[in-house]
Amino acid sequence: MKNHKLSRQMMAAPYTAWIILFIVVPLGMVFYYGLTDKTGAFTLENVLDIMSAEHAKALWYALGLSLISTLICFLLAYPLAMILADREGNAKLNRHSLILLIFILPMWMNFLLRTLAWQTLLEKTGVINRILEFFHLPSLQIINTPYAIILGMVYNFLPFMVLPIYNALVKIDPNVISAAQDLGANRLQTFLRITFPLSLGGVISGITMVFIPALTTFVISKLLGGSKILLIGNVIEEEFTLASNWHLGSGLSIVLMLFIILNMVVSAIFDKEGEGNML
Amino acid sequence: MIRTTVKKIYMALIFIFLYAPIGTLIVLSFNASRTRAKWGGFTLKWYTALLENREIMQALWNTLLIALLSSLTAVVIGTVACIAIQGMSRQKRAIFMGITNIPMLNADIVTGISLMLLFISLGLKFGLGTILLAHITFNIPYVILSVMPRIKQLNPSIYEAALDLGATPLRAFFQVVLPDLLPGILSGFLMAFTMSLDDFIITHFTKGAGVDTLSTKIYTEVKKGIKPEMYALSTLIFVTVLILLMLVNRTPEEKRIPDK
Repeated sequence: MKNHKLSRQMMAAPYTAWIILFIVVPLGMVFYYGLTDKTGAFTLENVLDIMSAEHAKALWYALGLSLISTLICFLLAYPLAMILADREGNAKLNRHSLILLIFILPMWMNFLLRTLAWQTLLEKTGVINRILEFFHLPSLQIINTPYAIILGMVYNFLPFMVLPIYNALVKIDPNVISAAQDLGANRLQTFLRITFPLSLGGVISGITMVFIPALTTFVISKLLGGSKILLIGNVIEEEFTLASNWHLGSGLSIVLMLFIILNMVVSAIFDKEGEGNML
Repeated sequence: MIRTTVKKIYMALIFIFLYAPIGTLIVLSFNASRTRAKWGGFTLKWYTALLENREIMQALWNTLLIALLSSLTAVVIGTVACIAIQGMSRQKRAIFMGITNIPMLNADIVTGISLMLLFISLGLKFGLGTILLAHITFNIPYVILSVMPRIKQLNPSIYEAALDLGATPLRAFFQVVLPDLLPGILSGFLMAFTMSLDDFIITHFTKGAGVDTLSTKIYTEVKKGIKPEMYALSTLIFVTVLILLMLVNRTPEEKRIPDK
């Protein structure tokens, strides 16, 4: 195809221009604003401001809540992905439509409305508490607490954990599992030594897909956490919309990006093949 | 036997978890009381009120317009980019794919503010145009991700055969290459459309005053209380998509089974 090389280069041109203008340059601007002060002089002050008591607390809160949510998502998603990927069990169930039901369909109901609906469900006199009351069970008082934020994170990001794990599981050659069983491994051994290691790529990309949005959210904390709990996402959002201190907001964003890069490095170490893709 | 029962119960619980809020919203759309805290009897008045609510209809129109235009543009740019990337050297391809993945891996809030900073420094007027540019940017990776595997499976000899048989490169592309890519393009389009529709964070930072999509409209209503018309609208959207998905899924699935 060498004679088409020129036209291929021409085909790359629009996309090259697009990613430079809309991905590379904007990120460069975040770094520029984050590393300069209002006079345009270089400073690390905006980035180091993360150490201030208020911002450090927001970051720790966000890290803690997102790590817990990621763990819960993983624990809920893995069995679900295994059930979905089970070749024998689901002959009748239409897997394709199940996946659509879990992932695509809920997205058509606006994500803010779905999260708000949890308010109605969790409130003091909300649906869940009325059901609990009916069965004479103690009521659940988690609205406007960190627990409600965790619930919102798990609710919103669970699908992003299920899908990559499911994709990794269906790719496993069933003969490998049969071989393990023929060689005398029991169910647990087969799972621990064959299935789980082979699905690790999916697990890693699932963790990324849940951890990053959970760490950086400002919407879920605002809707379910009352206005008392500030996560790092809320701080950055307010710097841009209310305080209009773009330098500080960009500086704190750089800190967030460090976590994202750290996460990518860890993923790359575990998932060298790049097999666990989201789609 | 017990295993399958446990599995079914587990799936049912997850479904309840995922669909409880959706069910709540559907119920609220028929609630005669204006507050979501109490049930005031069954009514359809929010559905009729919805049609007369010009602000919500405008936001719906903006949302659909942006979703459609951004996913179509992303499909064109993304597909062409896939073909170009496939022909690159290994190293160059790695760089391109790396940059392509940034909007997907990066936090939405960072993507949002980075584009906001760009649009401000370019002196663009914030409005539908800036939202559209932002949505195209975050939609392209989804298109590339679903078209790329198809391109890799493509047999280059077929394209060359078409050229040998006298087709112009353009005709060979549209008649030979494109049909093979179509399933990937279609799923990329749907993915991009859905992502654009559900996006709030990036829109929040790139929209102008007075221009709203459904997401940003809901966000501004949160403090005052959501208008029940909004529940009616999202119920309508949800039911429409549910019916569409059921129709689309039924037909090909039956044909697919004998192949296997």
